[in-house]
Amino acid sequence: MTYLAKPKFHHPSLPKNALGYTRRDYEAATSTLCAGCGHDSISAAIIEAAFEMAIEPHRVAKISGIGCSSKTPTYFLGASHGFNSVHGRMPSVLTGANLANRDLIYLGISGDGDSASIGFGQFAHALRRGVNMTYIVENNGVYGLTKGQFSATADRGSKSKKGVVNTDNAIDLVAMALQLGATFVARSFSGDKRQLVPIIKAALAHRGAAFIDVISPCIAFNNHPGSTKSLDYVRAHNEAVNALDIMIGREAITVDYEPGEVVEVTQHDGSVLTLRKLNEDYDASDRVAAMNFLQQEAAKGRIVTGLLYVDGDADDLHRHFNTVATPLNQLNEPELCPGSKALDKINAGLR
Amino acid sequence: MPLTAVNDFVIRFANVNGSGSASANEMFARAIMRMGIPMSPRNVFPSNIQGLPTWYEVRVTEAGHLGARGGTDIMVAMNPQTYNADVAAVEPDGYLIYDSTRAMPPGKPRTDIHLIGIPLTAICNKEYSDPRQRQLFKNIICIGALAALLDMDITELEKLVGEQYRTKEKLIQPNIHALHLGHAYAKANFKCPIGLRLQRSDKVGDRILIEGNAAAALGAVYGGATVCAWYPITPSSSVAENFTKFCGKHRHDPATGEARYAIVQAEDEIASIGMVVGAAWNGARAFTATSGPGISLMQELFGFAYFAEIPSVIIDVQRAGPSTGMPTRTQQCDLINCAYASHGDTKHILLLPEDAAEAFEFTAGAFDYADRLQTPVFVLLDLDIGMNHRLCRPLQWDDARRYDRGKVMTAADLEAGKDFGRYTDVDGDAIPFRTYPGTHPTKGGYFTRGTSHDARARYSEEGVDYVEGMQRLLRKHDTAKGILPRPLRRDADKPTRFGVIYYGSTAPAMHEAAEILTARGHTLDLMRVRAFPFHQDVASFVSDHDFVFVVEQNRDAQLRSLIVNELDIDPVRLVPILHYDGTSITARFISGAISDRLDALKVTPLRKAMS
Repeated sequence: MTYLAKPKFHHPSLPKNALGYTRRDYEAATSTLCAGCGHDSISAAIIEAAFEMAIEPHRVAKISGIGCSSKTPTYFLGASHGFNSVHGRMPSVLTGANLANRDLIYLGISGDGDSASIGFGQFAHALRRGVNMTYIVENNGVYGLTKGQFSATADRGSKSKKGVVNTDNAIDLVAMALQLGATFVARSFSGDKRQLVPIIKAALAHRGAAFIDVISPCIAFNNHPGSTKSLDYVRAHNEAVNALDIMIGREAITVDYEPGEVVEVTQHDGSVLTLRKLNEDYDASDRVAAMNFLQQEAAKGRIVTGLLYVDGDADDLHRHFNTVATPLNQLNEPELCPGSKALDKINAGLR
Repeated sequence: MPLTAVNDFVIRFANVNGSGSASANEMFARAIMRMGIPMSPRNVFPSNIQGLPTWYEVRVTEAGHLGARGGTDIMVAMNPQTYNADVAAVEPDGYLIYDSTRAMPPGKPRTDIHLIGIPLTAICNKEYSDPRQRQLFKNIICIGALAALLDMDITELEKLVGEQYRTKEKLIQPNIHALHLGHAYAKANFKCPIGLRLQRSDKVGDRILIEGNAAAALGAVYGGATVCAWYPITPSSSVAENFTKFCGKHRHDPATGEARYAIVQAEDEIASIGMVVGAAWNGARAFTATSGPGISLMQELFGFAYFAEIPSVIIDVQRAGPSTGMPTRTQQCDLINCAYASHGDTKHILLLPEDAAEAFEFTAGAFDYADRLQTPVFVLLDLDIGMNHRLCRPLQWDDARRYDRGKVMTAADLEAGKDFGRYTDVDGDAIPFRTYPGTHPTKGGYFTRGTSHDARARYSEEGVDYVEGMQRLLRKHDTAKGILPRPLRRDADKPTRFGVIYYGSTAPAMHEAAEILTARGHTLDLMRVRAFPFHQDVASFVSDHDFVFVVEQNRDAQLRSLIVNELDIDPVRLVPILHYDGTSITARFISGAISDRLDALKVTPLRKAMS
């Protein structure tokens, strides 16, 4: 929450990426969220990921719903088209946008109210259709913009700032995403940039439905003792199963690991995901095992983070539909209109 | 005296749904069309798949009156469940055709109608052993008998059988055989033809027979729609299904076989309109098809698309509401809900086609209007147009026609230094420029939002910015009035104080009613409204008359309300004529209702009374 406008000058020594852009080229308007909000850290991670991957900002469409999380697309990738839609409907708007132009990168930003309550249905259906997107839920377990009501991801037994204990069961969006067939599922923590940035990069490179649940403490309404989404609680209960490095394109892998410690996944675009195991038993290529592991750890009160599942050969909705390579929004009369002769034939068949 | 008429009667088939009667009945109707005789078929069916009563009505009309007439001259009563009611519905001196194999349910016998008993079940049982064959061929045998009774050219039926089973050749002969079984029985046992009969004519011309939903789907194909998102709902599902069928035929890359379209059966109507809005924002032509309950569900995103100015096309095939209402009955009851859809001050574009031909034209046009005006456009069909085959003029397309993609700023425009403000009225027509996402690396990006914004799409809660935007949206609707299909006016031969306004599926019944009224000495000028917001001609039409009847198919006189509200007209001068029981409106109803009102309004001028 700063009122100082960011200076437009770029220091000549600012590092540049492969496109010649600096990090500043991936920034946008100054955040109006509360000082210290976890969501701002996620915006920073998105900026970092896009910068490091040398994505052209204007080739990203950032689409959100309603809520604190959904306000954040204003605060990153200022050259991108943004779409702040209505509450809970980001997934359908993103699906439609994706159908219209398969060549852009689709970044969906949502929150736990937006995706686990009002938009639970759309969250589910966009994932099961395999829409090619990166779907980030900035999950703080609370309705921030309306001042502190529980959301559907709040754990049973957790306490609100006003002292009310939540008696409803929590929705685990990661468990849902795994069941629904998302082909990239991760969970991270807004306070762990080292973990989050590579996960976002890998998700952006993924072809198919990539879902990231980012625990993002609400410092205004959900950062008190008794909350299970506070900074202290998440730090104390974070169980990272792996550490991710992502190699874009055909770069040589330079990180050396002991044999057996590392799993490599090559995604469709050629990006190589190098997963260093932190938990020996965890296998990010086994959907069923991942679901079991998550449930077991959740029962022990642990928040499992890392790249939880990935299918490097995943398909997306366009491949299911066998749509043409040219984006649909670039087709014109010659490709779309069958013309008067065809219509005459149709007429003749109706007599 | 039995009813006698040539090419002018109503025949109604009472069936059980799921019994295979539909295709036989349709063949009967088509054979009449092939004889050059105009006819108008209608399905009356329940919200059910198997076992409940359905009716199929064919109005045979040399005069070309395609609206429902009301009444039944020949009842083909094949459903014991509704037999008594069906018998009661026959016009005096009309005909009842029934299966005489077994005694029909007991009921009050009618002595004022003519009974024609054909032992259909007995003929079938003698000829066929397979129970399914017995059921299916019974329908065909019945059509064969009707051909004899009505003097229908049986070769037309034979040809239709051949066309229908082109790909299943071994079914052709058995069906033709069944036709002749019925035909021969009727010839041998009754005096053929009966008083009501057919005679070859040339009144069909080059007209085609098509359902409005199929025509609208073709309109979407021709209009360049590439994204369709929908959720199944009667009576609109066949729009999306036909779009799927036509795209399968006409929209695949011939070299690669790849699809030049994407169709999503969404999880609900909210997701459907969300996808449409997302796709349209991203520069594709996108539409959804739905009915009243779907319109209710989509409200929030209609408001978004209106305020954020995103082109989107919604085909609403209206059915009787409120709530689930009568899902398989027709009404024009969504006008207000569409015209002012969503919270806050909104106004939307409505198109009101009268038949399948206009459903095609208006749907194709809707994509141009939506792109040009950057706003939702509603194509309002109803079940009567959408789900019935209707004769209409052939569909036409001008190959020189180009899609109007509206004001879209390109990378070249931006590179050339054109100033881009997403909501800036640069041309004075209240329509701003937009950019498609991904157009230019540094220019033309903007943020689309449902919150208040200024002329450059920046978030703003300043009253001045908000009011300026809302006023521009109003002015944009003024621009729309000059672009949308104009109302069609048809004045009587002599001057009159009375006018009639009507729209949509009321048109054929209204035209017939006008003839009836003229014959009774009532003179009326007609205006068919085809779009909302209203063109200035609507206001002129009202001001040209002392009283204007507004004929529509809903309880609350919705078009009349819109006229009163939008054109500031004294409601007293607009006399509602309302038909809303779910059946198709008829000329009998309209002419009767208008006659009654005219008699009541007929005040003799004072001077004349004094003299």
